[in-house]
Amino acid sequence: MAGAVDTSKGLPSHPERATLEGKNKFLGFWFFLGGETILFATFFGTFLGLRGGTADGPTSADLVALDLVFIMTMLLLTSSLTSVLAMFAMKKNNFKAMMIWMWITVVLGLAFLGFEIYEFHHYVVDYQFGFSTSAFASAFYSLVGLHGAHVAFGLSWIIVLLIRYRKSGITLTNAPKFYVAGLYWHFIDVVWVFIFTVVYLMGVGG
Amino acid sequence: MATQKQEKSVIWDWLTTVDHKKIAIMYLIAGTLFFVKAGVMALFMRIQLMYPEMNFLSGQTFNEFITMHGTIMLFLAATPLLFAFMNYVIPLQIGARDVAFPFVNALGFWIFFFGGLLLSLSWFFGGGPDAGWTAYVPLSSRDYGGLGIDFYVLGLQVSGIGTLISAINFLVTIVNMRAPGMTMMRLPLFVWTSFISSTLILFAFTPLAAGLALLMLDRLFEAQYFIPSMGGNVVLWQHIFWIFGHPEVYILVLPAFGIISEVIPAFSRKRLFGYTAMVFATMIIAFLGFMVWAHHMFTVGMGPVANSIFAVATMTIAVPTGIKIFNWLFTMWGGKITFNTAMLFASSFVPTFVLGGVTGVMLAMAPVDYLYHDTYFVVAHFHYIIVGGIVLSLFAGLFYWYPKMFGHMLNETLGKLFFWVFYIGFHLTFFVQHLLGLMGMPRRVYTYLGDQGLDAFNFISTIGTFFMSAGVILLVINVIYSAFKGERVTVADPWDARTLEWATPTPVPEYNFAQTPQVRSLDPLFYEKIHGDGTMKPAEPVTDIHMPNGSILPFIMSIGLFFAGFGLIMLNMDNPIINPWIVAIGGLALTFGCMFVRSIKEDHGYHIPAEQVKADLAELKKGGN
Ligand code: HEM
Ligand SMILES: [Cu+2]
Repeated sequence: MAGAVDTSKGLPSHPERATLEGKNKFLGFWFFLGGETILFATFFGTFLGLRGGTADGPTSADLVALDLVFIMTMLLLTSSLTSVLAMFAMKKNNFKAMMIWMWITVVLGLAFLGFEIYEFHHYVVDYQFGFSTSAFASAFYSLVGLHGAHVAFGLSWIIVLLIRYRKSGITLTNAPKFYVAGLYWHFIDVVWVFIFTVVYLMGVGG
Repeated sequence: MATQKQEKSVIWDWLTTVDHKKIAIMYLIAGTLFFVKAGVMALFMRIQLMYPEMNFLSGQTFNEFITMHGTIMLFLAATPLLFAFMNYVIPLQIGARDVAFPFVNALGFWIFFFGGLLLSLSWFFGGGPDAGWTAYVPLSSRDYGGLGIDFYVLGLQVSGIGTLISAINFLVTIVNMRAPGMTMMRLPLFVWTSFISSTLILFAFTPLAAGLALLMLDRLFEAQYFIPSMGGNVVLWQHIFWIFGHPEVYILVLPAFGIISEVIPAFSRKRLFGYTAMVFATMIIAFLGFMVWAHHMFTVGMGPVANSIFAVATMTIAVPTGIKIFNWLFTMWGGKITFNTAMLFASSFVPTFVLGGVTGVMLAMAPVDYLYHDTYFVVAHFHYIIVGGIVLSLFAGLFYWYPKMFGHMLNETLGKLFFWVFYIGFHLTFFVQHLLGLMGMPRRVYTYLGDQGLDAFNFISTIGTFFMSAGVILLVINVIYSAFKGERVTVADPWDARTLEWATPTPVPEYNFAQTPQVRSLDPLFYEKIHGDGTMKPAEPVTDIHMPNGSILPFIMSIGLFFAGFGLIMLNMDNPIINPWIVAIGGLALTFGCMFVRSIKEDHGYHIPAEQVKADLAELKKGGN
């Protein structure tokens, strides 16, 4: 079976798509991401629709501190890069390098999440800007929070993979799993670019 | 790795099965139960409306019945019944041994089922949801909507997840699992329409999931999306809902078109007219289906420009639909038509659906819609589409595929009687509702005053419902009678049909095809009958066949989601017996725990050895199949 394939003589050039199972996972995951895109699009639409509904509470111009968001953006973009490097290592059948780049990705992701928690805490404590403050507030927290939840889920997923396969080497069974997790991580990153633009930049600039 | 499955008890076998054919039958049973439930509600509503100022149902019960009837029919009856056929037929029609993700397939079924159960539990906790299947805010908001709405929100959320993952499974199956030679432009139309319908599910159920999440946050966690005094907006809900809601109609009707496109050629003894045009018309309908949602909102005050755009966009859908109608007519034209029950349903679908389409174009004229809006004209229109379109083709598909699924025929005499009783009842019920609507009878009202010209048509409409109910009872009798007395089918191809599912033996072995078939044309089986020896050429030698293991995890994961949803609903209950959070988080933990187990434990399935497959083949030869 797939897991028993001898990989010592090198893997096929696309180990993540070499088996039918891998191909199915790969395609299924792209469809899943299509659905996720629409899910986020709906939350973005909601946010745009309710952006002005501040009900005399804080507006985004009152809240946003661009330097903080800039650091967060850099962390996430870099983590996307390191996950690409991990996939390159996978295609070269360099297991150790793949694991190291993946762990770096995880650390960067955790740092991002830490900043986000700090950001939310800051808004609630210093601006009395809670989830129920206004329609704008609800839309803000649900959009950014949905992304945060995706980050947290992606991190747990990658960590489980890293621990589960810490000694196995790259096989035709786990290559699709790492690859798909990597794709998910890029998706999260792309969504953040939109959040950065729509929620923060447009929030400051009007 | 085991080479043989162990013997298991029957119940355990069904709870753990990942076989697409068994899952299909589970969808069929569950969908039928929900169909009967929602049908009884419809009957009760019609009895209440039989005479003016009746006191059969209270206004509150009537509202709950409308909501549950519509919701159940769309999400828990029509969708799963179509999924039943898709599950059974798609892998067979494309020459596959299974679907792409058998485990996910089982999971999709159980999640849908437990979501439906969650919705139905509302009756035991103070009454069903009562804001209509569209759940418009503020009717459904935390200020006005009762606990029933929470069951609506979370029940649909859970069952929607099941629908969504099943759709992804179908998509991947169709793209990746086709037999050699089965190119995309040789796919049977049922597969094509299911493919496009699954795409629509992917892009329409996600906005629904988002909308339901927003409503849930509003109702349970004091979010303000739909509270105008806090900056919220109620029309936002309508947009999100209809961006899902309009495509939903096509999600249901496209596979129904697919069934019609299988049945009509089979019993006209002709190939489908205009195959390519049919495929592209399906795509265009699906695309336009996403552009027209706001035709449900003409009266909300979007302004003349938006109204005009949506009106015109809506009317363009008539073009590809017209192409389909004419192609069905041309398929029958000059054919040697057999009018058995399946064909009766399929051919009667055509004019009925046309009538529904014509009233659709009428409703799309924005200024005139101010007149029809929320009258019985709308009710008549969508039931012509939904009953005259989807339900008729479901019945056509049932009679067509029944011998393959269950190994015996349904009785034709009882079948035809059922057809006529149901069909006459349908027109009696819904035709006069056009007139009621034009006379100004509003929809979603539980009674009306006498002597306003509404009495006679309401009476007729209710009588029609009795006919339809009698028809469905005849179908049930037919199913039971045929199970004992029906003509047994052991031949592969009782209808002398055209597509690959009829190349598999009856009953279909768990691996579907002993050898993957080589497809040489559109209508592959028919091609072999004309140009070959009438059997499919194998594309591979007889080898060990790899099969997935059954698993109880999908069942447990779905129970987990059920409790997660129920726990959240308990947040709005006055005196929950235990802390809601324990239930909600416990349920989620159960689901994620199973997910964790599943991803950690590598399950490579088992093999059916080549000798056994050969023995099966030899057995079949002896039986003269
Ligand atoms: C077969 C017999 C059926 C009968 C006699 C029937 C009857 C009714 C009645 C009396 C209403 C309430 C109309 C109103 O006051 O607005 C209704 C609404 C509705 N029905 Fe049916 N129906 C039938 C089948 C179906 C089927 C098969 C479906 C879908 C698969 C369906 C979907 C709906 C929907 C979506 C509504 C709107 C509910 C709402 O306004 O919230 N019906 N039906
Ligand atoms: Cu529509």
